[in-house]
Order: sequence, then C-alpha cells, then structure tokens
Amino acid sequence: MSFDHPASTAVHARSGARPGIFRRYVFSTDHKIIGLQYFFLSLAAVTIGLFLSLGMRFHLVWPAARLPLVTGGIMTPEQYLALVTMHGTIMVFFVLTTAPQSAFGNYFLPLQIGAMDMAFPRLNMLSFWLTLVAFLVMLSAFLVPGGAPISGWTAYPPLSGIGEITGPGEGAGQSLWIASILIFCVGSLLGSINFISTTIDLRAPGLTLTRLPLTVWAWFVTAVLSLLAFAVLFAGGILLALDRVARTSFFLPAGLVVSGELQTHGGGSPLLWQHLFWFFGHPEVYIAILPGMGVVSHILANFSRKPVFGYRAMVFALCAIGLLGFLLWGHHMFVSGMNPYSSLTFSMLTLSIGVPSAVKTFNWLGTLWGGRLQFQTPMLFALGFISFFVTGGLSGIFLAQPALDTSLHATYYVVAHFHIIMGVAAIFGIFAATYYWFPKMFGRKMNKALGQLHFWLTFAGVYAIFIPMHFVGIAGGIRRYADSSGARYLVSLQPLHAFMTIAAFITAVAQLAFFYNFFWSMRQGEPASANPWDATSLEWATASPPPPDNFAGQFPTVYRAPYEYSLPAAPRDFFPQHLQSEHEAPPQEGSSC
Amino acid sequence: MPLFTTNRTDPIGSQPFRISNRARGSGSPSVLLAILLILVVGATLFIFVAHLYPAPAPISRDAVLVDRQYHLTLYVTGAVFLLAQLSLAYIVVRFRDRGQKARFVRGNVALETFWTSLTLFVFVGLGVLGRKAWADARFAPPASGAIQVEGTTYQFVYAFRYPGKDGKFGRIDPSLVSAPSGNPLGIDPNDPAGRDDVVASELVVPVGRPVELLLRSQDVVHNFFVRELRLQQDAMPGMIISVNFTADQIGEYEIVCTQLCGLGHYKMHSLLRVVSPSEFEAFLSHQAMAP
Repeated sequence: MSFDHPASTAVHARSGARPGIFRRYVFSTDHKIIGLQYFFLSLAAVTIGLFLSLGMRFHLVWPAARLPLVTGGIMTPEQYLALVTMHGTIMVFFVLTTAPQSAFGNYFLPLQIGAMDMAFPRLNMLSFWLTLVAFLVMLSAFLVPGGAPISGWTAYPPLSGIGEITGPGEGAGQSLWIASILIFCVGSLLGSINFISTTIDLRAPGLTLTRLPLTVWAWFVTAVLSLLAFAVLFAGGILLALDRVARTSFFLPAGLVVSGELQTHGGGSPLLWQHLFWFFGHPEVYIAILPGMGVVSHILANFSRKPVFGYRAMVFALCAIGLLGFLLWGHHMFVSGMNPYSSLTFSMLTLSIGVPSAVKTFNWLGTLWGGRLQFQTPMLFALGFISFFVTGGLSGIFLAQPALDTSLHATYYVVAHFHIIMGVAAIFGIFAATYYWFPKMFGRKMNKALGQLHFWLTFAGVYAIFIPMHFVGIAGGIRRYADSSGARYLVSLQPLHAFMTIAAFITAVAQLAFFYNFFWSMRQGEPASANPWDATSLEWATASPPPPDNFAGQFPTVYRAPYEYSLPAAPRDFFPQHLQSEHEAPPQEGSSC
Repeated sequence: MPLFTTNRTDPIGSQPFRISNRARGSGSPSVLLAILLILVVGATLFIFVAHLYPAPAPISRDAVLVDRQYHLTLYVTGAVFLLAQLSLAYIVVRFRDRGQKARFVRGNVALETFWTSLTLFVFVGLGVLGRKAWADARFAPPASGAIQVEGTTYQFVYAFRYPGKDGKFGRIDPSLVSAPSGNPLGIDPNDPAGRDDVVASELVVPVGRPVELLLRSQDVVHNFFVRELRLQQDAMPGMIISVNFTADQIGEYEIVCTQLCGLGHYKMHSLLRVVSPSEFEAFLSHQAMAP
C-alpha cells in the first residue's frame, strides 16, 4: 500500500524564510497561533461575562447598594437589563461558540488528523480577526449614549426593531449589537467552511472516518451546524437591521403605538424573527456542547485506559443530535402564539433528541465501567461534564412538553436548565480541554493541586448556584426582572436568591485558582514530554509544543482506531494510532524543524 | 485477529487488592466526587420532598391536568437522575486506579440497542401522555356561554376590556390611542358597539364560568402569566391570541409579564380576581357607571 500524503504537497509553504515576530504571533496563518488567539479572546470574554453576571446577582439581592463602575452608583432597571443582554450575548457567542470550536478545534483538528495546517490558512486568519472586531463592536455598545441594549440576547422585535423609543439602549446600542452579530456570523461561516474542508481533505493516510478521534467528529458536525445556523442568523440580522435603519417592516406589524406614538411600519411579523432566531438559536446550543462531548469522550478513554464504549454509536449519536437539533427550534416558542398543533410536533422531536443524548451518557458510563480510572484534573472536569449533562438534560424533559412549559417558560427554571447544560457543561468541557491539552500547547503541565482545588470548588459551587435556581423557577420566579418588587409572591424567593448570589461569588473567586495556575504554568510549570498522558491520538505524536509545520516534516500514517488502550496482547496499555507495530521506536521528542 | 476480541477475563474483583504507587493519589478524589454527587442528589430530593418552594395550588381543571403530567414527569426524570448520578458515583469509586488492568471492551450492541429503545420509549411516552394536558387547554374552542374579555398590553400596563351588554367589542383604531385623553386602547367613539365597553386595570371573572381571553399588544411582545392557572401566553403585536380558562376558586391571583418588554418589565403586573357571579355583575355595572 502506498499513500500519497496530502500534507507533503504543501510542505514548501512552510520551508521558506522564518517570518517576523509580527507575522508569527499577530497576523499569523498558523492554525495553532490562531487557536491560541481565539482562546485568549474567549478568556477575555468569559472574564467580562462573569463580572456582568456577578453585577446582576449582586443587584438581585441588594438592589439599593452602590456599585463601582455603575453610572449613578445605584443600578437602574435598564442598566440591569443591559447586563442581562451583554452577559448572554458575550457568553454565547464569544465564549461558548469561540472556545470549544474555534480555539481548540483550530489548534487540534489539524494535529489530530496529521495535517500541517487548516485547509485555508488565510481564511482562518480572517475568521479570527472578524471575530475580534465583532467583540470590540459588541463591547463598544456600553459606551454609546443610551448604553448597551436591553432586549436580551434574543433581541425580540418590536423591542429591538424600532429604535430608542422602546427603551434606553435600543438606539445606538442595539445597532452596534446587530452589527457585531453580523460580523461574528461572517467569521463563523468562514471558519466552518475551513473546518469542513480540512476534515474532509487533509486527513493523514490511513485515517479513515471510523479512525477519527471523537473530537474530530464533534468539530466536524459542529462546523456543519455553524454553516447552516449562522447563515440563517445572518439573514435575520440583516432584516432586523433594515427594519431599524431603512424603516422596512419585516418584523413589525401595522398599528404599533409605542410610548403614545403611532408607528408607520406595517405588514411584518414579530413571530418571523423568533422563527429565524431560534432556527439558529437552537442548533447554537449544540454548537456549544458538541465539541465538549467530543473532548469528554476523548479524555474518558484516555484516563480510563479503555477504548470509547460503542464508538460507532457515539458517531451516530453526534450526527443524530446535529440533525434533530435543526428540527426543534419551536420548543422555544410554545407560548409565543404559534399554532398550538405545531407545538406538539416540536415537543415530540425535542423529546426524541433525548435519545441520542442518553446514548452518549450510557456510552460514557460504559467507557468508565471496568476501566482503571486516573483522576487527573482533565478527567475530573470530564466527569463533572457528565453529571451536569445528565442534570441539565433531564430538566429539559419538562420544558420539552408544552403543557409544562406554560408554567416554567421564562422563569428561573429555564435559566437554571440552560446554564447547566449549555453554560456549565460546555465550560467544563472547555476546562477539561484546557487542562488536557495545556502540555501540548505550552510544553508544560498545569499544577495538579491547584487544578483539583479549582475543580472541587467549581463543581460544588455550580450546583449550589443552580439547584436552588430550579426551585425559584418552579415557584414562579421570573427571569430578567431587575428586582422582586413587581409581584408580592416574588419576595418570598429572596432567601434563595441571596444563597445563590453568595454561591456565585465563591465560585467566581475559585476561578482565580484557574487563572493563576494557567499563567504560572505557562512559564513555571513542570516540563511536559510529547505524550505526557500516555495517549493514542496523533496530537501526541509530535513535540510539545508542536513545530510550525506540526510534525517536523515527518507526517504520520495511521494504522489503527483512535482509542486503543489496554489491548490484551500489547505490552503497554496504549497503542498510538501512528505506530505500525508495538516494537517501533516512539517518536523523537523535541525534534525541531 | 486479537485486535477485535473482547477480553472477558475480569481482573477487577478477581485480583487481590494491590496498592500501587498510583493508588495513594487517586483514592481520595474518587471518594470525594462520589460524596459530592450523593450530596447533590440528596439536596435536590430533600427540597422536592419537603415542599420548600412549591408552586401554588392549581385553580382550574386544566391546571390540575398539567400538575398531574408534571408529577409524572418529575417521578420519571427524578428516578433517572437518581440512578445516573449514583451510578457515576459508584463507578468512580469502584473502578478507581488500584493498579488493576482495564477491561478491553469496544462495546456491546445488544446492550446499546436495549438502552436506546428504552429511552426512546420512556421519553416519547412522556410526550404522548403529556399531549392531553396541552390539547385540552389549547385546542378546544371556547365553551358555549364563555364570557369574552380582551386583554391589551402596552409598556408596562395591562388593560382588560369587557364588551358590555351588547356582547360586542367596539372597533379599535390605533391612531386614536391616547392615554392622556382617557382612551388608552383607541376605541372608536363613532362605533356604537364600543359605547358600552368596559375597561378595567384588573381581570375580574366570575368563578366557574369559562372565560375566553383575547390577548393583543400595542407595542412590544408582552406576556400574561397566572401561576395558579398554569397559563402563560405571549401578547404578540399584530395578532389576537385567544386563550381559554375556567377559574374554579374565588380569590386574588397575580398576573405577571414574563416576556422582556423594556425597562419596566419587572413592574408589569395586574391581578386576576375570581369573584362570585353577583360580585361580577356588580363589578361590571360599577365600571360602566364610572366616567
């Protein structure tokens, strides 16, 4: 058998003169640098998003307290809503979409398939810079007159579609929000094209589809979702911008009277925006979580010293979730006034997606069963992911039924549900990936004691925040309320809010352990070998950190399935994908180009 | 092909307990994780069983149906939650690294087929059973003899209009909307059907009588939520959305807006007053007298 190596044709591109520092670290086309740029962008974004949420949590319990950085000292309802909007938007787009897919996918997809870079390196660079510009435009909404928009990350018109007459922040702030989202969409579309092409075209010889690590499958399915979902959000965003700027009426019906003023719009439908938005918004949930599922499968196999249980079922489940994810956006709209008959269709489809999700959970437990579990920090976060995925998935069974959704919709129950499954589970996937791949990215390990401390405090803290939050919702606590003075029964829920706020502050402080560990270990951490976790996939077949062309000219050929741990006849308990026989010398470490 | 055989000799349990160097570092995280998982399950169970923060009692037949489905779902998902979290706790302790050899297993098609079918059956089964509660509340046309009330929302107010003796709502013209001049809904004064319309800031309904509520919004999306009715419905600009309910218990219940509608969202509030038939007649005639 002879293989024509896809990477060899492009080697010359990297063998030229070493580019200057500017081209290497700032305007770089190297997927590893771009991955790191995405990572640090999302690190900045998550820090800002976290502070915004702390501001909200504080205000909910002590609404009259004076706060630093708040204009006027005491937070107004519109400032609270601006925090709601910006927290959600920044977290969803610039953290949950950016970190698992764009950051880790960029860095590790080419490494795991034995390629020297993404298929379109310049397009890749453009994707990142568009995302960065989108982020800056988003942040600038805080600085314009009227402040950041107050319409939430879902930006339902007419609130978001008319202008500042509907509320503070709905003028320039909302326009900047839409501009940012449109730029972000373009960056994501270009990125997803790149991921899809790279996975299809640049796999190493022998790396068949059933030999792909589950991370690669997850990034690939996620890229397909991004391509289809962001295209629709882009269209919707253009229409919303036109309604605001060109005074069209895609989402605005006739006869609107806002603040006593009759509007001249007519003929549009606010429901149309909700359909377009959630056609994007629901797959977006899976864009955030699927890469985490891939990472968790990858890590569980590694630290259980076992192959992933039911590899093919895992791949089918990823694809099934991807497909079904496009067919159930209507469950966000059960109370919107959409035809009640369609609610039942969306309900059944939503419950069906529980099946591939359950398959994944069962197979993770199956992977752990009979293993030799090593509780390294990435493993702990992967186990935490499973726990949150189960909890958040099961609370979704209630919301999937329209009859039950009519009591829980827009309450804190929904906030708890989506934070656990889309926020925290995905973030645990990101943490697991960070601790796991840090040695590869920086050539050093992160500190284990600090990593464990970070895990215990975060795991316990997250449950302390979000379990009570479910009960606030069941009792009827409404989300996006600036305080609880609006209805009598809300006051009785304040003790729970106080508990959650304190838990949130403790959990936030625990993140300092991560930040300190991360930046300290970059320079001072224990040096890591090429394959510090005794793992099997291709990213461990090269030096840590990898040379600019990833494999120093020695591009691997793949001989076996991705998770060959504890093979009965093998002398070692892992069998790397690129080794033809067990007697082959391990790859040379630290070989430079 | 040794690559594809399954190693059935189970080293776990059959092997004498052997402390390797790894064991010292990995025993405690597994136990701590198991304890935390048990605590999470225990705390959740406790709050449910102790009814610490319950939803208020239902006041309509539809709401009782909803609660029945809610409890069914709670028992099913609760059992799965318990089993899954506790299995995870058990697994991390039992299979912690004690120097044993991991079992080489690629999967088990029979087992996988079994649990896939089981989840499909349970989840979709719940959905099928939950159909009735939704269908009863939303598919049925308004009962004969239902009283009609129109609920209009605008930032950050609810207004409820009763058709008066003629049983007909007067025409509405958005260009006539003017809260300062006492016509916040824009009722056309030239339409005779509107002359006896009654507008109130609270929703007053007679006990046990079916009510058809016609929801509309003047400006942005608002919502009508009464917890005791288990009823939540957006008021969507450009649409008139009909919802039906029959309140079976006299009392005052809070109406809140759950759809983010602007800076006063959290203050948007009204009352549903369920009263005796005679009180209801008195309310209508009193409102009609008012200027």
